[in-house]
Amino acid sequence: MPPEGHSAIERAFHAALWAADFPAGLTAPDPSEVTQRFKVYRNNVQHSLTRALGARFPVIEHLVGPAFFAALARAFIAVAPPRDPVLLYWGADFAAFLEHFPPVAHLPYLPDVARLEYARGQASHAADADPVAPEALSAAQPEALRLTLHPSVTLFTSPLPTVQIWRAHQPDARRAPITSGPDHALIARRPDFSVIVEPLDAGTHAVLTALHQGEPLGPAAGHADPTPALTLLLRHGLIIATGGSE
Amino acid sequence: MQQLPQSTGLGFKPEHFRDIMAASHSIGFYEVHAENYMGDGGAAHAMLRALRADHALSIHGVGLSIGGAGGLDADHLARLRKLTDHYQPESFSEHLAWSSHGAAWLNDLLPLPYTDETLATICVHIDQVQEVLGRRMLLENPATYVTFASSTWSETDFLTEITRRTGCGLLLDVNNVFVSATNHRFDARAYLAAFPLEAVGEIHLAGHDCEDLPSGALLIDSHGARVADPVWALYAEVLARTGPLPTLIEWDNDVPEFATLLSEAKRAQSLLERTGKDRPYAA
Repeated sequence: MPPEGHSAIERAFHAALWAADFPAGLTAPDPSEVTQRFKVYRNNVQHSLTRALGARFPVIEHLVGPAFFAALARAFIAVAPPRDPVLLYWGADFAAFLEHFPPVAHLPYLPDVARLEYARGQASHAADADPVAPEALSAAQPEALRLTLHPSVTLFTSPLPTVQIWRAHQPDARRAPITSGPDHALIARRPDFSVIVEPLDAGTHAVLTALHQGEPLGPAAGHADPTPALTLLLRHGLIIATGGSE
Repeated sequence: MQQLPQSTGLGFKPEHFRDIMAASHSIGFYEVHAENYMGDGGAAHAMLRALRADHALSIHGVGLSIGGAGGLDADHLARLRKLTDHYQPESFSEHLAWSSHGAAWLNDLLPLPYTDETLATICVHIDQVQEVLGRRMLLENPATYVTFASSTWSETDFLTEITRRTGCGLLLDVNNVFVSATNHRFDARAYLAAFPLEAVGEIHLAGHDCEDLPSGALLIDSHGARVADPVWALYAEVLARTGPLPTLIEWDNDVPEFATLLSEAKRAQSLLERTGKDRPYAA
């Protein structure tokens, strides 16, 4: 008995996109070809969602290979399909999924690579904000300055050599030995819209994290010499306000 | 409200941004997919602002799921309103298709039966879109690979009735007509003869792929190739009846060099200009 009514027909069609069978109630000039015709929709849905995930996580795809990635995407889509037609935000759960997906248990760095790639994607679409001029840091009492960092900023940290692995899989990567983690990085979008993944030492990461969380410059400088952190922020145009200097 | 110019437009691809800005081209308008511009900021919006400053703009939605059985996503509709308020496009269009079920987003344009029930639902959805956006929208005819035993309306009658009930316009995708006609073994010219051309506010042209079934060809609406010759012929026949209409070259997959898109646009433009000389502009 074919489904009747708009909702039932849609439900049956949707279920069949993820099953081996095709839904009842479909026709074609030669009815024996309905299966092959329905497969176009099944392939389009699976392929387009896999490509959307691959566009967000290109290094994961490079690390596991396209065929395995397609299977991985299918498993992920089954448990965490996009909930929004705006795919820019899809994939926040991908790292957690990878942590608990037994077929990739032998690649312990995959979840953190996924976190890094997701942060890059979010940086590219974060809100716009103009950087302050470098003179804004030359206040009478610089230690009281509370810097507001650009909305695209993420301070990334991983106990594994995640940033090195990610860099090794960039198109222009040069071969370099990978040392053990932890790895730290500043992920952000520059005024020219390029997204940077800037490796950091632990001290600079601590200073930047403190500034990002709203600590004034004085206490933040207690974690390490703040000069490299401030140089990076100024070079990449990532300070958008210096409130608290009055 | 401004209208799209009766000339050729191109689907905007970020990889062509430099080419577009580097020289002046006789492109009448650009079209973008709404959902790609719903982030907060960054390069996407910067490019669209620059493009918008010099060109007419069509915003083409792929996310509303107008043909879905469930209600429209009010949050998504609100984002569309924000986008159209910000960029003030000359046109907003969407599809006769569904693309989400329950909470899951499927990222494809899926087909629906044409019944009194689906007609009523779609008209409610289109009324809602036009009310929230405060503008008339265009609805695009689909390319399909299957039909439904439960359909009681022809696609052309269904579209005609939608325009009558909602006052919306139509986006006539000539490639979709050719793809569906080939796939369902009907005559594309008979379809176009029954199509309510007076409601058409824009035309789409795109390329397709071809697969083989035992009974004949199955065309796939791939948007990844040049417009096929039979589609150009149908397009010229439509123009002979309508006069010039805003015409978009769509190319979304395996995107070629900008020069290839320009040559496709030029071919459409020459047909548009010939039409303009042969007969007066359509009202």
